[in-house]
Amino acid sequence: MNVRVQNVSKYKKMSKYGIYIVLFALIGFFSIVADGFFSSTNFFNILRQVAVYGISAVGMTMVIITGGIDISVGSMMGAAAVGCASLMVAGLNPILAIFLVLTLGLFVGLFNGFFVYEVGIPPMIATLATMSILRGSAYIISGGLPVYGFPSSFKFLGQGYLGPVPIPVIIMGICFILGYMILEMTSFGRYIYGIGSNREASRLSGVNVRKVMYSVYGICGMLAALGGIVLLSRVNSGQPKAGETYEMDIITAVVLGGVSTTGGEGKITHVIAGLLVMGVLLNGMILMNIPDYYQRVVKGAVLLPAISYDMTSQKSIARDA
Amino acid sequence: MVVNDNIVELRHITKRFPGVLALDDVSFEVRRGEIHALVGENGAGKSTLIKIITGAHLPTAGEWIFNNQKMNECSPAISKAAGISVIYQEMNLMPHLTVLENIYFGKEAKHGVFLDKKRMFVDCIQRIEELGVPLNPNALVCNLSIAEQQVVEIIKAISEDSKFLIMDEPTAPLTGTETENLFAIVDKLRNKGVSILYISHRLDEVFKISDRVTVLRDGRYVITMNTVDTTRQLLIKYMVGREIGQDYPKRETPIGQPVLEVMGYTNSMLKDCSLTLHKGEILGLAGLVGAGRTELARAIFGADSITRGTLRLNGDTVNIRSPKDAISFGIGLITEDRKSEGLLLNKGIDFNIVYANLRNISKAGFVSKKKEISITQSNFETMNIKAYSYSQLAKTLSGGNQQKVVLAKWLATHCDVLIFDEPTRGIDVGAKREIYQLMCDLVLEGKSILMISSEMPELIGMSDRILVMRNGAIKGTLIREQVTQESILELATE
Repeated sequence: MNVRVQNVSKYKKMSKYGIYIVLFALIGFFSIVADGFFSSTNFFNILRQVAVYGISAVGMTMVIITGGIDISVGSMMGAAAVGCASLMVAGLNPILAIFLVLTLGLFVGLFNGFFVYEVGIPPMIATLATMSILRGSAYIISGGLPVYGFPSSFKFLGQGYLGPVPIPVIIMGICFILGYMILEMTSFGRYIYGIGSNREASRLSGVNVRKVMYSVYGICGMLAALGGIVLLSRVNSGQPKAGETYEMDIITAVVLGGVSTTGGEGKITHVIAGLLVMGVLLNGMILMNIPDYYQRVVKGAVLLPAISYDMTSQKSIARDA
Repeated sequence: MVVNDNIVELRHITKRFPGVLALDDVSFEVRRGEIHALVGENGAGKSTLIKIITGAHLPTAGEWIFNNQKMNECSPAISKAAGISVIYQEMNLMPHLTVLENIYFGKEAKHGVFLDKKRMFVDCIQRIEELGVPLNPNALVCNLSIAEQQVVEIIKAISEDSKFLIMDEPTAPLTGTETENLFAIVDKLRNKGVSILYISHRLDEVFKISDRVTVLRDGRYVITMNTVDTTRQLLIKYMVGREIGQDYPKRETPIGQPVLEVMGYTNSMLKDCSLTLHKGEILGLAGLVGAGRTELARAIFGADSITRGTLRLNGDTVNIRSPKDAISFGIGLITEDRKSEGLLLNKGIDFNIVYANLRNISKAGFVSKKKEISITQSNFETMNIKAYSYSQLAKTLSGGNQQKVVLAKWLATHCDVLIFDEPTRGIDVGAKREIYQLMCDLVLEGKSILMISSEMPELIGMSDRILVMRNGAIKGTLIREQVTQESILELATE
């Protein structure tokens, strides 16, 4: 065996933890300039704010690793929220309603998977169509008005606490743990990476590409629906425009976490950091009373250099390798 | 012009990557108007050297001179402007533009703001005629054969007044006649005073066209010789650093019962193909490019569907509809194109090695880390893969090492029937020999091999029997003792 001792370049290490550096820099910055930022209450606050995004980001991470994308998740949340609310208003048991809506999410995901895998429509376009269908459906079901008036027990999901920890944060945590286990520890996870890296080589290595693709889009749809249910419970009314533009923030968090949009690369642990960067940034600016319009500008202005840094350090690795 | 004047002088070029010394104090020169062959095993540093000359990399130490000019701050643009061009194996043309548009891309002749199509056309025709090739300037590049595209690349290069042309394995995708034509063109270029650095694994070609030859080994300069003063044996010795007695390992494997019986395989590319592969046998599959050899392999493996035909494995009829089925029945396919069909390029060696075998090392869907490491380790060592760590990305390996990773992946699956499609394409003599030895070891273990190769000596040297294909059908069987290149060609051609 011809193993020459490798001293891993500093760059490589840096880029591996680049997003964490950004995260801690932001936390440090806001701790100094924003009153009330550095407290456990506020940290749980941040976590609760990102929970809905985080739940869906787990599915999105998987889809993006296969080299795809799903921009229908925001609309899926809206449809799930309105759907779940309507079912409960109609007198259905909340648990049954949740179950039905999750199944709906799964099927919408499989529907996306069908058009992406069987028909071969580029994922962006296939899910663009679904996005429109779902949002329209949400408005049709609700008649354009908020749906409310469901059992108070349902509130627990979005507003409850377990000790000091908000329930949405626990749900997000479970999703991330399961996502981590799938991606890092199972053969199914390997296939997700493998398909993103080289789909044909995967097929010729005996991978059932169809099954993996359907599963990944199915999981993504179902988690988006779950996100929509949690959102519904938090705001306590089924808004047809719930989750609007969430897909963009979710994709941003995943990409900030270093998941390559060309497929095959990315770590879900980094996605958590990407998500928190978004959460900390928004929370910090709110605490500093920065108006919403400026917040958007700052968000974009921080994202670009963060992603640029990641890209350039990746490039330099590619050059050195 | 002085004949002995050097166009390129490399002086103590060293290139160090993290953990790897790719080039170590390499010095040699290329004379004006000569065809200078550069040979060496995969990983010898040839690609790195090209990248330095084309400005893609800067050397860590050393300097080089091009056309009496120091190239210390070289970049791709500087290199190109100085008159250096490269013809790669993979074409870099724009497929939906015409020959003419490709040749003049970025340097169009103009009348004011408008294109001067007439002048470009006349100029283009003249250049095409100079090289004596039939080529229509208005043909779309995507409709051309690979050989014709290569000619377009060459014309493009010389139309930029290139004084120095690097050709990296130019004949790899070409047929015999096309190769002859290319050599004729290369000869004409030399007569026009263009210097050529010719890189090839095919030593016959080196002897056919080069004036001098330089050998690199493990990133070091070994020797430069006048081609007429050397022999194939000597060149191989310098390349591998050890003497290779005969080209193919001897084996005395008893041929056993039929293992794989293919009957009447038919689809759009295949016509009623039948074959029988026995235990412990290496069955060669010969034929010209496009004869349907790869298609037959893919059909057997379930990668392409068939409209008719049956397959028996150890006497039992089995239905293979996908590669997954084939692997579960113990059939593996080492594809021809390792980059697009064999490897996960942005994944590590370890990831690749266990990839086709995950089912066997997982419990309830969870991959056993322990088994993964032990499989990686043992196959890494069996295949003698050269890398700095198990997790080194496949795309950073040399061609020979990439092929070894693909082979390691299939060894890990413990398939009993292995189909090798061009297993030694584009890899060096040393690695080739290792692969031959591996194939012999495999049949000795009782496995069976179906081998496709366009290199006839290799096919004849390795196979027990050879089937010859033409136009999607099997045209005949030749037994090892009676097979010659002539007898194969007779069956393979119309």
